[in-house]
Amino acid sequence: MAAFFNKGFGRKRESAGSDRVPPGQYETHDFPVLSAGPTPRIALANWAFTLEGLVETPVQWTWEEFNALPQQSFTQDIHCVTKWSKLDTQWTGVSIDTILEHAKLLPEVRYVMAYSYGGYTTNIPLEDLRNGKGFIGLSFEGKPLTPEHGGPARLVVPHLYFWKSAKWINRLRFMEEDEPGFWERGGYSMYGDPWKEQRYRTDDENSTW
Amino acid sequence: MPWQLGVVTAIVQETPTVKTFTLQLPHWQPHLPGQHYDLRLTAEDGYQAERSYSIASPPEQINEIDLTIELVDDGEVSAYLHEGIVVGDSLEVRGPIGGYFVWRQEMYTLPLLLVAGGSGIVPLMAMLRHRALVGATNPTALLFSVRTDTEAIYRHELEKLAQQDPNFTLIFTFTRQAPPAWTGYQRRIDHGMLAEIVESFPVSPQVFICGPTQLVEFTANTLVDLGLPADTIRTERFGPTGIS
Repeated sequence: MAAFFNKGFGRKRESAGSDRVPPGQYETHDFPVLSAGPTPRIALANWAFTLEGLVETPVQWTWEEFNALPQQSFTQDIHCVTKWSKLDTQWTGVSIDTILEHAKLLPEVRYVMAYSYGGYTTNIPLEDLRNGKGFIGLSFEGKPLTPEHGGPARLVVPHLYFWKSAKWINRLRFMEEDEPGFWERGGYSMYGDPWKEQRYRTDDENSTW
Repeated sequence: MPWQLGVVTAIVQETPTVKTFTLQLPHWQPHLPGQHYDLRLTAEDGYQAERSYSIASPPEQINEIDLTIELVDDGEVSAYLHEGIVVGDSLEVRGPIGGYFVWRQEMYTLPLLLVAGGSGIVPLMAMLRHRALVGATNPTALLFSVRTDTEAIYRHELEKLAQQDPNFTLIFTFTRQAPPAWTGYQRRIDHGMLAEIVESFPVSPQVFICGPTQLVEFTANTLVDLGLPADTIRTERFGPTGIS
């Protein structure tokens, strides 16, 4: 029993997937939009995706080249720090494992900074992108990803809060030390595990804030 | 950022579906206008639900915060707050949170354009209240899109602010039904409306937009088309409790 409770408050309805919804989250069937500024407009002719930082040789793909990479389907639950979770979202895209077959990372790489058109950044440990954990999403529910949801291409890292899934992705920079990205500099968690409710920096393990 | 138990000291019915809850906090700290608090409800069996709500009050209102909350269809949290909470009850909150959609001191002298749809006015109201209290004289306009007169949260306070402050322009647009004898805008926000407002500024303003996704997307994109730099446009999108 909770020490404090709100008299008369209770769960409105059992949701079938409630064991898949992390603490403090609720299930939505819509796909809300959250971004800090205007949605960038990206011409596919000018689109590029780059791997750089601690790699032996930087790699860059055009839109056509990137779409020619082997694609996979992913069905994933996603969790936004603004409290909504959406279950069984269906994506098609390129696994980060596939992308990394094209670049040789230096052995000291531990972290990745994702960069987006429009200037957004977010940091993720390398291990949270590999082994099927992260992908570049190109289509959502069978249709090309729309700009407000991060199209033409967004990073998707479903096991972390969704701000880590950078919209309008154009670059991954491989790093030895962790650095905060856009929201992380503003006090959000460096890691963002929804199951540990790491929303803010003060929720992180060993937080010095 | 620890959770704290605030005590509800006042409840104001702003519109038929919107209430403002004043919470007295044991560990209050000054916030920046535009920031929010997380609010958590706990059932006796331990079930918890959380939502984020923008702060409506300015930081000058010490030791307490005003949260203006819209009752949304099927809203587990907003329904309980609207129907189950009375003055004297306790509510668990933590904050203030957010460092981007905030009106900072270095902006006090820059022209400011605020665009709100419906309850998107709440964080912008904190900015306007704070702006009035610090005596800022920067040219400021609020474009406030509401369906009807009765749904215009803070309407009287906004009109009073506009009367007292020659540097603050209040622009309503009524999208469903305008009040009698209304001569202003009565349509959804469109390109022409935004062009007129942007032209009225001597130099390109700092912009804050808050409201439903469609309004925010349209307004932000149109302002970019009108030549405003994307990095001067800050947005906060929401549907009821984040569903859009």
